[in-house]
Amino acid sequence: MAADVTPAPLPRSTSADRRQPKPPRGNFELYAWVFMRISGVLLVLLVLGHFGIMHVIDGGLDRINFAFVSGRWANPFWRVYDFAMLTLALLHGGNGLRVIIDDYARTGTRRLLYQSVNAIVVGLTWALGTLTIFAFTPQPT
Amino acid sequence: MQVKLRVRRFNPETDSESRIETYDVPADPMDRVLDLLHWVKWNVDGSLTFRRSCAHGICGSDAMLINGTNRLACKVLVREVGDQITVEPLRGLPVNKDLLVDMEPFFASYREVLPYLVNDDPAPDTERRQSQADRERFDDTTKCILCAACTTSCPVFWADDEYFGPAAIVNAHRFIFDSRDQGAAQRLTVLNDKEGVWRCRTTFNCTDACPRGIKVTQAIQEVKRALLFRKV
Ligand code: FES
Repeated sequence: MAADVTPAPLPRSTSADRRQPKPPRGNFELYAWVFMRISGVLLVLLVLGHFGIMHVIDGGLDRINFAFVSGRWANPFWRVYDFAMLTLALLHGGNGLRVIIDDYARTGTRRLLYQSVNAIVVGLTWALGTLTIFAFTPQPT
Repeated sequence: MQVKLRVRRFNPETDSESRIETYDVPADPMDRVLDLLHWVKWNVDGSLTFRRSCAHGICGSDAMLINGTNRLACKVLVREVGDQITVEPLRGLPVNKDLLVDMEPFFASYREVLPYLVNDDPAPDTERRQSQADRERFDDTTKCILCAACTTSCPVFWADDEYFGPAAIVNAHRFIFDSRDQGAAQRLTVLNDKEGVWRCRTTFNCTDACPRGIKVTQAIQEVKRALLFRKV
């Protein structure tokens, strides 16, 4: 009877014959998490660039005046650059606050209040910043 | 040596708030903190309440806050923590009495992730076999003893008791990545919830707290990755 106890061959382990679970489609929290990762990386690059231009190169802060800003924004690239930084920073920070408010204010009117204040502050700041960036008319100096 | 043992005590029948009580306990550097608690219970005050069972770091009964970190009282030696020792109940769970916390919220989350083998195929005559590599995939998370040290060290859990917490995710991981199991999709649906893995912000407290050395944060990140790429 010894032959009967020969162990069965081990199942092959390839991804092809593994069961095919179908993890659910992502929901809002999943996308929010991915957004935080990506916007975080982009912000590091954008902010470093911003700091370099505004604070380091060519004497930094000392040379900043209306003409300097006006000259930069004459080029649409820098408008888009600043708009991207504004939007990503507000959404990144706003979403971080949203998650923290979800932790500490779980239910009821307080939560609604905090979340609304957060959303309104983010929204207004964004609108104001966007308006400034795109409605600005460069003055020839 | 003499140890100054400070214990946060609470008697629900007489106290409205917890209080610290101090005991001078004769100890050997090789004694465990659990031995000190025993000494107090057996010689000073029999009403001192705490859980313990195996006393050898296996059953997961006696996780508590020892000098500010979550440890198993039966695994911490006096010489590791010195002669001033403060013992408090785990944070984030309701205290029933002294060091005894209500573990029900913890186990409720645990039950929700289906912490058992799900496989509808007819049972084979022998074991369900798997390769060593497949077994290795989830080896780390098989070590969990459900002591709650990780979950109650998590700042997200302290503030939000609906968060599943690291331990539940570790035990989901244990089966999600098991090649013999078929319930991964169900578990991932549960953990994709608002109170699921996305609440984790990689504080790493859980990894530090685990008395079994499980890489808890990594396990959580692997579950996130499985959700993100829809692939186990
Ligand atoms: S008493 Fe069992 S783990 Fe400490």
